[in-house]
Formats: sequence, C-alpha cells, structure tokens
Amino acid sequence: MAKITFITSDGETKELEGSSGSVMELAVEHNIKGIDGNCGGVCSCATCHVHVRPEDMEKTGPGSEIEMDMLELDDNTDEYSRLSCQLPISDAIDGVVLTVAK
Amino acid sequence: MSDNSVTSICVIIGASHAGASCAFALRSEGWLGRIIIYDTDAELPYHRPPLSKTYLTAEQEIASSPLKSAESYEREDITLKLGIRVSSIDRNKKRIYLKDGATQTYDKLVLATGARPIIPPVSGLEDAQSVFALRTLADVEGIRKALGNNAATKKVVVIGGGYIGLEIAASLTKLGSKVTVLERQKRILERVTSVEMSNFFSNLHTENRVRIATGKNVTSVEQKDIDQNVICSDGSAYPADIILIGVGIYVNQELAEKAGIVIGNGIKVDGSSKTSDTNIYAIGDCTNHHNPHYDKAVRLESVQNAVDQAKVAAAAICGKEAIYDAIPWFWSDQYDVKLQIVGLSEGYDNYIVRQEEKEGHCFSIWYFNGDKLLSVDAVNNAKAYVLGTRFIKTGQLIDKEKLANSTEAFKPANLVVA
Repeated sequence: MAKITFITSDGETKELEGSSGSVMELAVEHNIKGIDGNCGGVCSCATCHVHVRPEDMEKTGPGSEIEMDMLELDDNTDEYSRLSCQLPISDAIDGVVLTVAK
Repeated sequence: MSDNSVTSICVIIGASHAGASCAFALRSEGWLGRIIIYDTDAELPYHRPPLSKTYLTAEQEIASSPLKSAESYEREDITLKLGIRVSSIDRNKKRIYLKDGATQTYDKLVLATGARPIIPPVSGLEDAQSVFALRTLADVEGIRKALGNNAATKKVVVIGGGYIGLEIAASLTKLGSKVTVLERQKRILERVTSVEMSNFFSNLHTENRVRIATGKNVTSVEQKDIDQNVICSDGSAYPADIILIGVGIYVNQELAEKAGIVIGNGIKVDGSSKTSDTNIYAIGDCTNHHNPHYDKAVRLESVQNAVDQAKVAAAAICGKEAIYDAIPWFWSDQYDVKLQIVGLSEGYDNYIVRQEEKEGHCFSIWYFNGDKLLSVDAVNNAKAYVLGTRFIKTGQLIDKEKLANSTEAFKPANLVVA
C-alpha cells in the first residue's frame, strides 16, 4: 500500500492510495487532471508526465532510457520528470508527491 | 453559447477512445448540460491497442483496462448507455432512434462510430470453425477460448499481414501456437511502409517461428473431417484450427450517410471536427479530415487521432475556437520491438536509414519528399521518434548525410542544415 499525492496544474492537491498497477492507472482511475495515459501505459505517448518532488527522487529513481527520450517530447521536462505509467505502485514509493506537468 | 445550458443535451454515439475522451473533455471545457454516450459494446469502454498484444497473452482471465473507471463517469455526470444500438438520426427533429424503438433528443450530436473489420468474401469462411477478427474484447475472449489450455498445439492462420495481423501473430507464437501469416501483396505492410521496414518485420517474425507467406490470395476454406484448410489461388493449403482476419476496416458511416451528412472515405469534417450539419460533429476512425501539415484529406485509424479530435470537438461544442492540426503518430509492439511512427509517409520519394551502434534492433527510417521530412519509423528508438516529431513540426532542413551516419550526434543542433 502506498499513499501518493498529486498536485494538478490548477493547484488542487489529491491524496490517493493504491496497492498495485502503475501511478498512471491510479491517476486515471481517479480522474486526476492532466494525466491521460492515452497509450494505456506502454511508454508510447508521454501523456502522463509528472514532476517528482526532489526529495522523493530517491524513492522513484530515474526513468529508463526510452522513458527519458520520450519525455523530451514535452517542453516542460526537467531532472525530476517521470512518466507515471513507468512508476509501479509499491511500498517503496509510499508518500511521494507528484506535480502533474502542464 | 445558448446551446450550452443545464438543459442542453450532448449525445455521443460510440464510447471508445474518441467518444469517451470527448465526454470528459466536454466537462473540462465547461459543458453544463447532459452528456449521454451510446455504444453497442456492453463492456465499460476499454483500451483497444492491448487487444492484439497483452490481452491475448495474459496468463489470467483478461482484466481489461478501462479507459476510465465507472465512478469517473458518475463523478462527471456522464450517462453511459452500453449494449445499445442507435438505428437512425432525424436531423430535423434533432433526435436519434434506438434499435428498441426509444428516442433521444439532442442539441449537439457527436458521431464516434469507429470502424468494423472487413470480412473478405472467401468461400466457406462463413461456415468455418473458430474464425475471428480483432476489434473488441469479445473477439479476444473468443480467441482465448478457442486456444483453450493447449495453445501450443494449435495451428493458426492469420489472413492479412498488416499491423493487427502481425501483432496477433507475435502474441500467439509467444503462446506456442504455430502461426502462418498470409499476405496478398508481395510483402507484408506494403500499404503502410517501406521495403526496409517490411523486410525487417518479415525477418523478425521468421526468427520467432512465424511463417510469413506473401503473394497469397485466399480463395476458400475447406473442411475435411475434423481438419480445416485455408486455400489460396495458387493451390497452396494451410491447416488452420483458428483463422484470424486482419485485412482492414470499413468505416461505420452508415448512420451519418442515411441522415444525409456528407461522406467521402469517412464522414467529412472540418478543422473543428464538425460535419456538414452544424449540430453534428464526428471524431476518430470514422472521420475524413484535412491535415494542415500535409495539406491533404486523411482518414486515420489511431488512438492519437481519436483522442485529439475528441478534444477539438469538445472545445468547439462549448463555443471555443479549436482547430485540429496534430501531427499523427502511431505505435506497434511486437516481441521486444517497439515501433513508433510519427507523421504520414505517403508521397515520399527518398528515405534515409539510420542504424544505431547498439546491441539489438535500434534504427530509424526517415521519409522525405525532396528535402521535406514527412515521417519517421523508429524501431526501439524513442530518440529518433522524438527528434522526428520536432523536425516535422518545425520544418527545419536536415543534413541527410549526417543523419545517415550514426557516429554523428543525434541532436537537433547537429542535424539541421545551418
């Protein structure tokens, strides 16, 4: 079980709990604005971009090469960017705070 | 807009990627009235791309991934009417008629009717055993049932060497089935890609024990005792416990056509996704629209097109300026290969292959008309896909010699002609 906090582009904060699947799926399930997950979670569309709170990067780790390349599609990418479909939910990421990219 | 009030009704016909996205986009664009979506499929709307991929190979019962949860529809006050067929549209009365005789009025109507698989006129196919197309969750369930617990003993014939057919072949050979792909043209993927890409996929499938047979015109299916054979015009015969059909689609345009809406290889829409009727929009696979980047009319079968057109239509319905000008993109997953395509290659007269110095498959093919980049096919190469997207958007001239040389840095600044 992991608690994950989303901050959307209009400043809304939502705390969600999940135990399986990906962070993208959890976000879509709860209609988090700005996370579309159009490709269904296969790292093909870059519509689930989040910025990880810097101190939480240790928990999430960096993205894979293909993920980092895909992130370059977005102009707002920074060193804390991840595609949330590539973040599996587990105890390891309990407490992370994610800002949905614009 | 007077059309957008709490008493207004927007009806959407079709609840797949386009229809469902449009409903949610209508809410975020500020639609105040009711939203009602109809679909003939009784399942909660689901992701379709995995149908030919992970859903086929999943070990457990299929847990389809819904596009949105049931609660999401409730939360956004979107009414889903599933398992219901719409039989006609009365544009004068702004009303649709359902198969069971009921009616529903609308202020705005969105057609997201999609497409259906072509079942080719092959003698004996109608009476053949275990014949499937692949478009719906029910199709996947049918295939899985036909495979049973002993997929490895099954002989499967896939008619049609397009992306769907090849993805099915990749999935089923993974389960151990003996798969043969029969393609009518001289090479697989002929309609959609270059010789290099066709050869690459042909080899990839052959390495994975899929038999690819091209120039095969299927003429009949014959039953002999318990054996079933797919017969081609050259006399060759392929035993088939299961027959899968992936030869393309028909657009579901009949509802619109009968209502007198303008049709032309799909339902004709303008840049805001509006049809010839000012109160009716159309989105997704069923539309024929003008693409500004390529300055031509196109009909696209893709998630990207469905979702992006849905957003444009939703904005337009809510009275906002919106123009659909996305650069199309697609993907296909087969074995450990991820193919990503950006742009439309039709009309190319030269191309560059860039092979990266890496283990495994990693390359890209860049399609040009003269010096204008039209499209990129990227194989396990998201970098090429992203760069291609950039270059198509900006229209910058590319140094083709550098592009073809994988020792040259794969960075925009290094590749543009100064």
